[in-house]
Amino acid sequence: MRALIFALTLLVQASWGGAAVATAADLAPDALVRNVTSEVLTIVRSDRELQAGSHKRAIDLVETKILPHFDFTAMTALAMGREWRSATPEQRRQLTAEFRTLLVRTYSNALTAYKNQSVEFKPFRMQAGETDVVVRSQVVQPGAKPVTIDYNLEKTPEGWKVYDVVVGGVSLVTNYRSTFAQEVRSGGIDGLIRSLQAKNRSLETAMLSSARR
Amino acid sequence: MKWGNDRRFFAAAAILAAALGGCASTGNDPRDPLEGFNRAMFGFNEGLDKVVVRPVAQAYETVAPLPVRTGVSNAFSNVGDLWIAVNNLLQGKPGEAGADLGRVLINSTIGILGLFDVASEMGLEKHEEDFGQTLGRWGTGDGAYLVLPVLGPRTVRDTFGLALDSYLDPVWQLDHVPTRNSLVAGRLVSDRAAFLPVDRVVREAALDKYAYVRDAYLQRRRSLIHDGNPPRERFGAAPAGTGIASGVDPARASTNLLLVEAEPVAGIPVEGQDAPVPR
Repeated sequence: MRALIFALTLLVQASWGGAAVATAADLAPDALVRNVTSEVLTIVRSDRELQAGSHKRAIDLVETKILPHFDFTAMTALAMGREWRSATPEQRRQLTAEFRTLLVRTYSNALTAYKNQSVEFKPFRMQAGETDVVVRSQVVQPGAKPVTIDYNLEKTPEGWKVYDVVVGGVSLVTNYRSTFAQEVRSGGIDGLIRSLQAKNRSLETAMLSSARR
Repeated sequence: MKWGNDRRFFAAAAILAAALGGCASTGNDPRDPLEGFNRAMFGFNEGLDKVVVRPVAQAYETVAPLPVRTGVSNAFSNVGDLWIAVNNLLQGKPGEAGADLGRVLINSTIGILGLFDVASEMGLEKHEEDFGQTLGRWGTGDGAYLVLPVLGPRTVRDTFGLALDSYLDPVWQLDHVPTRNSLVAGRLVSDRAAFLPVDRVVREAALDKYAYVRDAYLQRRRSLIHDGNPPRERFGAAPAGTGIASGVDPARASTNLLLVEAEPVAGIPVEGQDAPVPR
């Protein structure tokens, strides 16, 4: 009897955490996005704190479940365009860190607005040897038009990583391109870093004051 | 009553002419040569939204329960499907046009005058088309980005599209002026209410809200013109500044400022076609 319980526990553990993490490296890109989506939705649907609008909770969830599958250096490079080439390694590190913070703050809040949405995936085809793919999905909600979400993934030694998310045809990454270019023109790369830091600070302040309320 | 529509058209044309006339290049972005004018108009619209439109939309959201709001938005959407069918036909998509007509028939009858979107549940998907997209499909370039009073972001091409859209809009055709005006205002509020959840994301995400909204609008239109499958711009995700910016920089490469540059038409996506790189 004890052996049976032990076996069951192992099984449950394996199917929960173990399986998802251990095989993430060799999971097909569409399976990866599907798994992460369903895992996150399951948590969002059952988490009271999150439904009550807890930003901290949302950020925790994003940090632990979603971000390991993102390549923020690639995202930042994409948003920077040609300016990336002129950045020093230290500037690149700072840019990536600040851009990451901004994206996480902004979009993790979307999780707290979750109501009755469900996610559907469109058929996915991939040719053998491809290293850059798009996984297409749409968010369906009662009483509103579906919103498409396309994930761009690139194959890396650590498995497939998302480097762009396109919502309703709008890339959350390249949408920053012209703003970044403008900032670099007027204040150099350090000017852009300062702007991002200031933006993140103001979001932080807003978050703290809303948490106090 | 037609005069009202004509007047709208002329007003739009006059604003356009004025804006283009004073077209000293104010910005650095070739897609947005009227940036000075546009920023001013954007500021005006933001003020109007803050004081009037958003509060009304919020009140509407509070007062009307979701099923009611859905019914209202469905009814407006149903009226729009007819013109969407025409546009799909003009874009050489008879299958989609047929589906749009089917939607109107089903939703106007079984869906009780369009209050329920039964057609979607039966698998007849809603399309989003307008004459600006049709022009785009025919090969008309975007033209300069343009922020219209009250109506918000457009391009020169989409402004012409909008003129025809409103001219043929069944709601604007109504002879009873108070009814017509109430419906137009009602539709504006209903549309705005649907966007309320996005407000916060844009406010938090944007370093420069004007540029963020502009770029999102231009990307969105590009996607719509290609029915959700725009040709991929391959920047390559390789880190460390290798091929990332390899020549394709929408902010600089796009030179089609006015209604001049033709895009390849219909269905055959050409990589990076709207960001031509001198070869």
